[in-house]
Amino acid sequence: MGTNPIIHVLADSLVIARRNIIRIKRVPDVLAFVLIQPLMFVVLFAYVFGGAIDIPGGNYREFLVAGIFAQTVVFGATFTGAGLAEDMQKGLINRFRTLPMSRSAVVAGRTASDVVYNAISIAVMSLAGLLVGWRIRGSVLDAIAAYALLLFFAYGFSWVMACIGLLVPTPEVVNNASFIVLFPLTFVANTFVPSETLPRLLQPFAEWNPISALTHTTRSLFGNIPAGTPEPTSWPLQNSAVYSLGWSLLLIIIFAPLATRLYQRGRTA
Amino acid sequence: MVVSARGLSKRYGSTVALAGLDLDVPAGSVLGLLGPNGAGKTTTVSILTTLISPDTGTATVAGADLLTEPRKVRERIGLSGQYAAVDEHLTATENLEMIGQLYRLRRPEARRRAVELIEMFRLTEAADRPLKTFSGGMRRRIDLACSLIADPPVLFLDEPTTGLDPRSRTELWEIIRGRVAAGTTVLLTTQYLEEADQLADEIIVIDHGRAIAQGTSDELKRLVGGEHLDIRLSDVRLVADAARLIEKVATGPLRVLAERGEISAPVTGGPEALGVVLRDLNEAGIAIVDIGVRRPTLDDVFMELTGHAAEELPTPDSQGADSLTDGGAS
Repeated sequence: MGTNPIIHVLADSLVIARRNIIRIKRVPDVLAFVLIQPLMFVVLFAYVFGGAIDIPGGNYREFLVAGIFAQTVVFGATFTGAGLAEDMQKGLINRFRTLPMSRSAVVAGRTASDVVYNAISIAVMSLAGLLVGWRIRGSVLDAIAAYALLLFFAYGFSWVMACIGLLVPTPEVVNNASFIVLFPLTFVANTFVPSETLPRLLQPFAEWNPISALTHTTRSLFGNIPAGTPEPTSWPLQNSAVYSLGWSLLLIIIFAPLATRLYQRGRTA
Repeated sequence: MVVSARGLSKRYGSTVALAGLDLDVPAGSVLGLLGPNGAGKTTTVSILTTLISPDTGTATVAGADLLTEPRKVRERIGLSGQYAAVDEHLTATENLEMIGQLYRLRRPEARRRAVELIEMFRLTEAADRPLKTFSGGMRRRIDLACSLIADPPVLFLDEPTTGLDPRSRTELWEIIRGRVAAGTTVLLTTQYLEEADQLADEIIVIDHGRAIAQGTSDELKRLVGGEHLDIRLSDVRLVADAARLIEKVATGPLRVLAERGEISAPVTGGPEALGVVLRDLNEAGIAIVDIGVRRPTLDDVFMELTGHAAEELPTPDSQGADSLTDGGAS
């Protein structure tokens, strides 16, 4: 059929994305299970550790929520990997690979539907934030920009996890393997504590960590940085919007073609 | 030939999965690939459905070259069986519509075909239930239906009934026969001689990645001696007398295990021969413990052709693997 190949990719990706969204509806406990962890963190940090963390001129709970958002979308990306690993394990990927469909649509459809999944997660976390006292202090437009950046970064990170999902044998491995990377990534940053309070040795990592830039950008867009807080001294945090956008793009540019190739290779067994 | 392959070979590390297989499937016929686990059946299907590429060899499927036109091959085939799958959280209708759309059917067309197939497969009542509530047999039917949604001219069925109960198996056979009657060309893999017997026009027996025999079901059975009548006597001392009576219906020499009171006789028309032997033994006053007609099984075919049983394959030792590789490369 002589139609435009780009239209084929989009049409097939849409079919796959619709299927994934039906699955979120059918198995809501997966979403609930994934949200328990960040909700626990909200409670834990807001009520248990929060009292011991000092935010000069501000309120720790307001400070915390942007960090929780960043953590939620980063961990949310494991959903992409686990989903693809499951499809591979169950043999669905093999069926898709025998169909005359676009070769990039299964992964593209997955990362696209996971934007919806992340949007639901962020909506739930926002409600949780409002309950513990977080407020959007900036303009509506800034808030929209903050949410959009979170979702865009999540989209980029989804492609990384897609590759992992296509490489490992079972969905459980995705979760276990990614924790080893995601915990340091989301903790050695300004997500839960101001990065100036970290040990000197860890500070460069925290400053160049894209999660810090993401958190800093959304935190300031939501107006959650108290007046009088000194400007950051490192380049990534001074240009945090550009830096986190750049990372999102870089992840897509590197990992989208890689994921498509891994899909085409299939499982050799 | 709708499917035609020459010299297909594939190895994984030092394991030879396929060692130079040739096959041809004429239009509207069923080719059965018969062999034990690890014989290379699934590797063959995976190659012919574009899932993996062969190390050597060429093939055309429905007029398209496997290696240079994989996309065209995919437009013209359906795959069902142990290596294809369905989404268990989607309903039967949703699964069929999804696969239909990915075959590039327009959505209304995919929906119409889904309804048709669900009716044909007698799953109307379960059409809107997620597949995880389905029995194994129902799932296989939906899996098969998915491969038929775009009405492909060639169908690959990889062990379509392995693990199914006899009733589900018979139902699936009926459906497959229906497709063949409608003109579909089928390549079927199976571990069951009976299944190949029921469905295949031509059978290739494969072992260690190469064809060891080829022919119709009757030809293969003739090779292994057709039906046998197995009799066990209560009194082992009467073996000679019984053997004399049984010889009259046998089509070849008897196999007699005198000390165990067991006699095995090659026969044609098993049930009739069984009736005759039962009557004769009864009249002669020879009591029996057990009697039965045994049809040749895959095990018999294997015994005859390879000297080893299908179940207990020797480990692919260096000697066997090397000789196979040489064959594949030449």
